[in-house]
Amino acid sequence: MTTTAAPLDVAALKADFPILARTVREGKRLVYLDSGATSQRPRQVLDFERQYIETANAAVHRGAHQLAEEATDLYEGAREKIADFVGVGFDEVVFTKNATESINLVAYAFGNATFSDDPAAKRFALGPGDEIVVTEMEHHANLLPWQQLAQRTGATLKWFSVTAEGRLDLSDMDELITPRTKVVAFTHQSNVLGTINPVSVLVAKAQSVGALTVLDACQSVPHSTVDFKALGVDFAAFSGHKMLGPSGIGVLYGRSELLQAMPPFITGGSMIEQVFMDHSTFAPPPQRFEAGVPNTSQAIGLGAAVDYLSALGMDRVAAHEHELTGAALSGLQEIPGVRIVGPADNVDRGSAVSFVVDSVHAHDAGQVLDSLGIEVRVGHHCAWPLHRKLDAAATVRATFYVYNDLADVQALLDGVRETQKFFGVGA
Amino acid sequence: MQLQQMYQEIILDHYKNPHHRGLRDPFEAEVHHVNPTCGDEVTVRVHLEGEGPDAKVVDVSYDGQGCSISQASTSVLTDLVIGRTVGDAFGTMDSFVELMQGRGRIEPDEDVLEDAVAFAGVAKYPARVKCALLGWMAFKDAVARVVDGGQA
Ligand SMILES: Cc1ncc(COP(=O)(O)O)c(C=O)c1O
Repeated sequence: MTTTAAPLDVAALKADFPILARTVREGKRLVYLDSGATSQRPRQVLDFERQYIETANAAVHRGAHQLAEEATDLYEGAREKIADFVGVGFDEVVFTKNATESINLVAYAFGNATFSDDPAAKRFALGPGDEIVVTEMEHHANLLPWQQLAQRTGATLKWFSVTAEGRLDLSDMDELITPRTKVVAFTHQSNVLGTINPVSVLVAKAQSVGALTVLDACQSVPHSTVDFKALGVDFAAFSGHKMLGPSGIGVLYGRSELLQAMPPFITGGSMIEQVFMDHSTFAPPPQRFEAGVPNTSQAIGLGAAVDYLSALGMDRVAAHEHELTGAALSGLQEIPGVRIVGPADNVDRGSAVSFVVDSVHAHDAGQVLDSLGIEVRVGHHCAWPLHRKLDAAATVRATFYVYNDLADVQALLDGVRETQKFFGVGA
Repeated sequence: MQLQQMYQEIILDHYKNPHHRGLRDPFEAEVHHVNPTCGDEVTVRVHLEGEGPDAKVVDVSYDGQGCSISQASTSVLTDLVIGRTVGDAFGTMDSFVELMQGRGRIEPDEDVLEDAVAFAGVAKYPARVKCALLGWMAFKDAVARVVDGGQA
């Protein structure tokens, strides 16, 4: 493809994002470097969502009238676009509220399977002697559901540790992933370190012992070409609001055969086949996992976000972010008294750049940056054990996306120097 | 610039040269508080003499890690409460909490709050109010453990 060679026209696409035109803190240009927490939305997404509400709003899968038909088509059309976007089948995409719910759905379905007498569900059951393996770099969303599942079922939780450079330590993989392992849950790309994990290595090992894999794809799907089939994972989760889409919509991918066999998490309307007073049977997936009227306009909006990203080209998006990340990493390393938390080389890493400024707490650094219009995240970014491990109580995190440019990186670098000056530290 | 309003010299002074820092004996209660959004933490010990609201705050010692606001406000707290009665200390605390929750609309009383008036600017930043209150809430908790425990 020749088009992928041309870089993103950031100046042009910025105009699609109305919020970028506003100023903050007494007239400062908004330098939004917190897309890792949530991204901004282009007009195309907002318009599409609004148009649906103004012309076709109805309860999906619940009516025979024309509006219900149109709404259902749009909702299912969004599912199709999203499935294509991540290389999976239409019926392998379950809509949820966010990635957190997607991961909980899997963990609770496994818990329900544990206490189910359906023979098909037995493959998901866990008990004493079984092991769940996670990593030390997980977002709390991919840690607590597994902690809780282990507590409920008596299974044991184990984890990969993280090296000082912020890479996964695979040296004890053979001791961690064993025939006792039932689930291996890990992040594709760390929301703190930027580290991209070797999915194929972990999947191959998990498959060799018959364990299921769950991928937290929150920070990969928005930023690069991701094909879950090619990666070979069994389940994957991501959130719409981190990929130019609405909040309130998330996705769970599950391999068809697994979703077929898995018991539901949330039960109620829209997920049933037959209902009697004393028992019920369930719809096939994905409906089985979508009880209640869904976040319809949000799902439809996410479909529009996927269209927007596809038109940009995910390879170009990744190349653009790679350039900004490289500039940020080298620029920050040139500032004495700044330490990158995570890989400092721009290899196998995404655009989350976390750092500490010596003698300045992350909260204080964030406050100075904010006063300059630079919006970064400060704290432990929902990865407290990781921060503890890397001996950083809190870090400053900048994340880049399609609408950021080198001027934003420069603003960050200048802002860090300004921070040091304000607190009288550094060179 | 708004930033200077927030980071008053007094705050930066207390941050760089904290008063009464370090954990000391004797003490009747020790508590550990964290701010779950940023991971900041503080351990506070109190040493009281006497009973009930008239008990005297003989010492408050602390250790922790956190931003300039949380560290400085804990340092200021110790200046304000050591040597006072629990009743007086809680009165000062109420004024401080009121100031911090006032969104920058409350005029602080310097006679009551002394150095703590410097935190008036922080009250305009809702995300930082918890930082300013971290040590104070720990102090309150520690005293309650002694006083409630002692009277029960
Ligand atoms: C790696 C990672 N996993 C999970 C989540 C949770 O996403 P959400 O809050 O949208 O459920 C996030 C976002 O904060 C994340 O960055």
